[in-house]
Amino acid sequence: MSRRGWWWWAALTPLLAVVAWAGFAPIKLPSREALFEIPHGTYARRMSGDLVDILPSSITLTLGLNDVLLLRNLDEVPQQFGPTIMMPGQSFRLPFEVASENRFDCTAHSSGQMIVIVEEKPVWPWQKIRWRLRHWQNS
Amino acid sequence: MKKILILPVLLGAALALADPAARPQPATQAARDQLKAGVLSPVMAAPQISLQGTDGQPIDLARYKGKVVLLAFGFSNCGEVCPITLATLAGARKKLGTEAAYVQVVYVTVDPERDTAAQMKKYLASFDPTFIGGVGTRAEIDAAQKKYGISSSKNSNPDGSYTIGHSSSIYMIDRAGGLRAVMPYGHPVDDFVHDLKILLRS
Repeated sequence: MSRRGWWWWAALTPLLAVVAWAGFAPIKLPSREALFEIPHGTYARRMSGDLVDILPSSITLTLGLNDVLLLRNLDEVPQQFGPTIMMPGQSFRLPFEVASENRFDCTAHSSGQMIVIVEEKPVWPWQKIRWRLRHWQNS
Repeated sequence: MKKILILPVLLGAALALADPAARPQPATQAARDQLKAGVLSPVMAAPQISLQGTDGQPIDLARYKGKVVLLAFGFSNCGEVCPITLATLAGARKKLGTEAAYVQVVYVTVDPERDTAAQMKKYLASFDPTFIGGVGTRAEIDAAQKKYGISSSKNSNPDGSYTIGHSSSIYMIDRAGGLRAVMPYGHPVDDFVHDLKILLRS
């Protein structure tokens, strides 16, 4: 191998090793729960005409990794999420077991709706790499 | 050159697969004890509703203390959601065997204009004769729906009839009368059996 070839090899080795690791290593998260909090004062802000979204209008969860939606109502009034009325201080833990797109009525959203997309667990190397890239971008 | 590039790929893959998390992990007891339904925490008392039961007595959640109550809303002319929900709940009770004696299904109408006590009783009995229906005036039904965050909307058909779109989740009230969990529509019988066993133990 030429001297230039060795330089290429030295540069590519860690990159290829990292890509291979990202494709094969199991994805681990500290918790399967994706926590979203409705902060204190949300209702008051809504009533004053503030339409800023406090929670994202769409949430993506992944089966087997973070497939449990955990909502916590820190506001001073009850908040409704889907079929559930969360009293002040109460939380609602909703697990998902099927890949799906779910629309929930949500009083904490200015649009009145929250979409929860549940994706299949990444199995193949390219799926894992894509998942890691998206997770890295969002964090 | 090509061969030499394979080496780092193999190295990365080997490191990844050496991770203990790559091996399948057995489910822990804590994981098995998690409800399949959505869980409310801390548990608060289930909102009281004032309706007439199809068993001839007022619907009073205090009357069912000691039992797990599965509370749902629907109507007897429902052609899609309610038959599936009721068949699922009946299947869960059947699968529970003797423990089913401690599970009470209460099905509240969202169509008080058509659902009389007699109509609801007959409809529910076709799934399970122990099911109790809740009926009342429009104002009483509206009040019950509001307490549980139930939405419903009437949709007219060209022939003058109508159907009703409505929330379809099932509320799980524990033996002490606390609103513990909400099971979204579409879960199979086994998920209800799993959760009911946990609720009956607690």
